[in-house]
Amino acid sequence: MEILNYDYPDATAPLAKRVHVGVVGSGDLEVLMEPSPDGKAHVVITTSVNGYGQIWKNVIDRFFTRFDRAATIEINDFGATPGMVALRLEQAVEVSK
Amino acid sequence: MSTTASSDSRGRAWLNALTGGAGVPASGKNSVLYVDAPLGADTARFIAVVPDPDNRFPRARKGEVGLEQGWTLARLVRDTIAADTDGHRRPIVAVVDVTSQAYGKREEMLGIHLACAAAADAYAQARLAGHPVIALLVGKCMSGAFLAHGYQANRLVALDDPGVLVHAMGKQAAARITRRPVSELDEMGDKIPPMSYDIRNYAKLGMLHALISGVTAAAPTPADAGKVAAVLADAVADVRASGRRDLSNRLASPQAQQLRAASIEVRRRLAEQWHAAV
Amino acid sequence: MSSPVNAPAQDWQKFLARKSFIELSAQDRATALLDAGSGRVILGPFDRLKSPWLPQQGIVAQADDGVVLVRGTIDRQPAVVAAIESDFQGGSMGEVAGAKIAGALEMTLADHRKGIPTRPVILFETGGVRLQEANLGLAVIAEIHAAIVALRPHVPVVGVIAGMVGCFGGMSLAASLCSHLVATKQARLGMNGPEVIEQEAGIQELDASDKRTIWSLIGGEQRFAIGQVDALVEDDADAIAAAVRAAFAAGVPATPRSARVDEYLAKLAAFDPTQAPDPKALRAAWGKGA
Repeated sequence: MEILNYDYPDATAPLAKRVHVGVVGSGDLEVLMEPSPDGKAHVVITTSVNGYGQIWKNVIDRFFTRFDRAATIEINDFGATPGMVALRLEQAVEVSK
Repeated sequence: MSTTASSDSRGRAWLNALTGGAGVPASGKNSVLYVDAPLGADTARFIAVVPDPDNRFPRARKGEVGLEQGWTLARLVRDTIAADTDGHRRPIVAVVDVTSQAYGKREEMLGIHLACAAAADAYAQARLAGHPVIALLVGKCMSGAFLAHGYQANRLVALDDPGVLVHAMGKQAAARITRRPVSELDEMGDKIPPMSYDIRNYAKLGMLHALISGVTAAAPTPADAGKVAAVLADAVADVRASGRRDLSNRLASPQAQQLRAASIEVRRRLAEQWHAAV
Repeated sequence: MSSPVNAPAQDWQKFLARKSFIELSAQDRATALLDAGSGRVILGPFDRLKSPWLPQQGIVAQADDGVVLVRGTIDRQPAVVAAIESDFQGGSMGEVAGAKIAGALEMTLADHRKGIPTRPVILFETGGVRLQEANLGLAVIAEIHAAIVALRPHVPVVGVIAGMVGCFGGMSLAASLCSHLVATKQARLGMNGPEVIEQEAGIQELDASDKRTIWSLIGGEQRFAIGQVDALVEDDADAIAAAVRAAFAAGVPATPRSARVDEYLAKLAAFDPTQAPDPKALRAAWGKGA
């Protein structure tokens, strides 16, 4: 198990509402997205698979090229692929609108 | 190895030692024994599940709670409730040394889950009717067998002895299923109390009314029996003084405040959110 | 109350139009049993009541510990549905998961003592105790048992086993303590999982890979046929919701199944354990027509 933290201080637009999607099941993850108290975006990832920090960084960086909300995002991961992670994040964005 | 009747089972040994008598087979079943005997100022009903090498169900010969044991416990406990309608509810002491529920094809087909539920139901009914129900943990207190025989008690009392084990699954089976060596399971149990088989670690969870040391758990002497009987009588008095018939006291101890903090927090937040939601 | 299971061919359209209950998430299952629009999740993921024990063992925790509690109404009466999410740790009962179910039932009992007729439903989809929380899992299951028994005289406690995990271990006792049990053909209800029996008693006792035999012994259809489940319904959200409503409408049963002691002692006495276990013969002996 590994815990990863990323901050995105440039994402400052308000998030409309908090959102929960997904499940910590095999090959899946849950995403909790809520308005950030300090007006900047923060991501905390807890993953069952160690040593994939760089891949996580790439996936989250790419997500924040389009996502500009000041959200606190918690990800609890049970071995999801990068594609699955991107899918769940997009789903969370859709639900938050 | 001795082959006397009491040496095959701690349950039988303690039933005999505490009551000074031999267990009576309930509903003619040699695997479920009871004795009515003095406990403090009361006459209590002591109940044990014991090995029965001739049991007609082959998977329930070594002290397991099987189909007949579950339903027979239910009959015995319900008969006890029915007999005490004069206002005085006698204490019921479940002497617990149960190796497991019975594992078998017949057991599953006929509904061993329901048999164990029937026993748990009966013990819970006795507690709700006002019988002080005490579980005395003298040996193995395993999984579904313990749920059926003992875990519905108002108070849990255990002997401080390495042969007293509480767990959800036998050690060998748990090692196979979690793919960890037995030695690693023991180490984890010392670090993570709910994972432990050891009764001292179980005591840290805060659910025991008393942990009794200084007795010979496998072969109790009359002095041992006297010591344990005094603790049982104290537990009965504690139940009556509390006026409560639920299991809330399991979360009330200082140890539970620590190690069962999550159980307590869940209930606190439920009380906050319950009515706001409808 | 239960819909026909071996439906003739003309029911294909109905079959295609149905909304699978099994395929729903725990939250959607719970919501589907409540009056439309009435469901509100309590102790949800943002409460972050996670397992304190899993991370200590290097296992990722889920924000709601795999139990979803939804308040709402059933036929306009206040209700609570506890749904187990089997995708997280096989629906196993850890301390928090079990405390949520026990606590919800305790709150329901408190409601009844105040004259509020809250209706409790439990959606069982669980292998039983979460082994990583072993003794606390066992302890909270005992508390669930206690709460069901205390609540049962006030209101039917309704259990649903839909599939595909089934209901095993200490939670199979909880299901059997319920006033009324609804199952689908896809459900299994048993104390010991087939793998555990094979491991403990040997492959000559039970071959865990023989799915047909296992379903014939502990599947929802067999449990219904021998009287250990009250309603057998299709895997259809509307049908299951209807069965749950019907259970509440029928009221508190005079003698819950786990209290039918003489009946079951007599049944067991008449059973010959030296004969090979035969689920079909058991249907004839114990079934409703027997």
